[in-house]
Amino acid sequence: MASIAEAAPKPPNALAGALKEAALAAGVAGALALPLIGFHLVDVTGGVSVESRLSWVVYAMLAVFAGRFLLAITRRPAAASGHRDARRSASGKRNARLVGLVILAAVLVLPFLPFSNRYVLDTAITVLIYVMLGWGLNVVVGLAGLLDLGYVAFYAVGAYSYALLALYLQFGFWECLPLAGILAATFGVLLGFPVLRLRGDYLAIVTLGFGEMIRIVLLNWQDFTRGPNGIDSIPRPSFFGLPFREEPPEGGTSFHQFFGLEYAPEHRIVFLFYLILALALVTNWATLRLRRLPIGRAWEALREDEIACRSLGINPTNTKLSAFAIGAMFGGFAGAFFATRQGFISPESFTFMESAVILAIVVLGGMGSQLGVVVAAAFFIVLPELAREFAQFRMLLFGLAMVLIMLWRPQGLISGREPSIRLGRPADG
Amino acid sequence: MGALLQVEHLTMRFGGLVAVDDVSFAAADREITAVIGPNGAGKTTLFNCLTGFYKPTVGRLALRRPEGEFFLERMEGFRIAREAKVARTFQNIRLFPHMTTLENLMVAQHNPLMRASGMSLLGLFAWPGYRRAERAAVERARYWLAKVDLLAQADDEAGALPYGAQRRLEIARAMCTEPCLLCLDEPAAGLNPRESAELNDLLRLIRDEHRIAILLIEHDMSVVMQISDRVVVLDYGRKIADGSPAQVRNDAAVIRAYLGEDEDAALPEEVARDLQAGH
Repeated sequence: MASIAEAAPKPPNALAGALKEAALAAGVAGALALPLIGFHLVDVTGGVSVESRLSWVVYAMLAVFAGRFLLAITRRPAAASGHRDARRSASGKRNARLVGLVILAAVLVLPFLPFSNRYVLDTAITVLIYVMLGWGLNVVVGLAGLLDLGYVAFYAVGAYSYALLALYLQFGFWECLPLAGILAATFGVLLGFPVLRLRGDYLAIVTLGFGEMIRIVLLNWQDFTRGPNGIDSIPRPSFFGLPFREEPPEGGTSFHQFFGLEYAPEHRIVFLFYLILALALVTNWATLRLRRLPIGRAWEALREDEIACRSLGINPTNTKLSAFAIGAMFGGFAGAFFATRQGFISPESFTFMESAVILAIVVLGGMGSQLGVVVAAAFFIVLPELAREFAQFRMLLFGLAMVLIMLWRPQGLISGREPSIRLGRPADG
Repeated sequence: MGALLQVEHLTMRFGGLVAVDDVSFAAADREITAVIGPNGAGKTTLFNCLTGFYKPTVGRLALRRPEGEFFLERMEGFRIAREAKVARTFQNIRLFPHMTTLENLMVAQHNPLMRASGMSLLGLFAWPGYRRAERAAVERARYWLAKVDLLAQADDEAGALPYGAQRRLEIARAMCTEPCLLCLDEPAAGLNPRESAELNDLLRLIRDEHRIAILLIEHDMSVVMQISDRVVVLDYGRKIADGSPAQVRNDAAVIRAYLGEDEDAALPEEVARDLQAGH
């Protein structure tokens, strides 16, 4: 595949080329989709009749166009990695940013699209939680190179800190959010201390154990955490003090009254959607920014060669702990959001399977790639949803898709590292 | 010029093996001190003790700077680099291969940049003070890139550079930590004669213009004899000679260590030619 891509003449403008390619693919898809899915049989009294459903054809064409465009635009820089030069790499960066902006714009308007409903938004919220978790774990695994199999522990710490603070001290969501992050970061440092000397496989096993420990403590400390029964009626978030309720609490105003809207249960879902989107964007901004700071470079240097780091006066202990703490903090934020969204949490939600999925998102997306995490998270959450009709074959399809991706792109969907600084242009944004 | 580094009775044992045995010598400030000796003489072990990778069994490693006195044998490895300002390179190059050349030099300036970024908090919001510090760091990196002739490769992956360029980059990286003592472990290994000559010029520049002391392990006698101010010879972990290049070249114990007791020892001519290469 690579050789074909190398041999093909590079259009002067990669973007125009990609658009052309995508348009062509969409045309082919349309031609194929029209007879295949453009019509269907419906039962009518006394027989069947054929009805057209052209909207499906349009959706198929749009999907193919977007997919082909992404593929064309992301593959070009990768194919040229053998003889990279600054210009090509810079255009790759521009493309990645463009794709990111397109995705962001699509996500921003998602609640107002015609096909958007509660189910779509719920799925999107789940995807965004995993995107945020993936970005948080990316700090630990992708940048600092510390294989963490127990990341779900910090997610659990965040969720339970909110649930317990609300249960015992009647704290609200906005007070709990920073506390959940701080508590999770503290746990990150606590975990970090004993495992500082470990690397690779050994680190993975210890972090795996830590993840299980947290879950088992939550399960067995019945007096405090209510054990396997979980904690229910966790307060829902309010719109900066305005609750999403049909009947406002005594003497208060609810969201729909304040804005003079008809009450609709979707309001809360839309708010949750934008809330997790904002949290995820903050995570993205902070991790991208940190990567360009000395601490981020030290994380990457530590991943590359710890001995050389020590010879340059970098304190490996503090550097590793800071990676654990910051990764854990974002996990904690995501956990607090999870608790308020579900309204009910139990240790069941924080099994090893969750850690595995988050790690798979990071690895599959391409270690250290922010966009890769988004694509992989969407893949991991949306694919099982789409395959619901295949019920018992669902996991099988899922496994097959993973094997195919690992064969096709062993480095992850989006690989290739962008330098944190270039000569003559200090990183500033 | 007083002694910058005073090594006293340094002994390093690994179980029953004595890798360095009661070695004492001094390295003067703004001079190049070479440590030579046959393979397995304990040179790299000596370096590892100096830079905190090993804790010596016995002995004192005193570094005297105007700012104060540092006992390196008591300090953790990263503190030796950060506080005592001893930088080193490695026998088998240890760059950050997937980071760019410039990034390698930025990592070397981690500690001042970390302070300027307010432990990352100020840097996160692009504090002007941090941006100034970052620009200064880039300028220092640019200076050293120019000195080691790697300006054009500044944004290339360090691991993709040719071998000789990687050696030069490692020296530039060590210099970006602003050391007072630079320890080079076989910097000329694998270099061709022209590259060796350029290395000599670079080391002279570091000594004469930047006024930094260099401690050098080297097998390439054309480097050692031409640029060293003083040569310390180790054999089987013991110091067998210590003096100017001319003195060491004619020292009976050194000739015996290199050529063996036997007149017919392997490779005598080649080594003898190397030893004379400084003329």
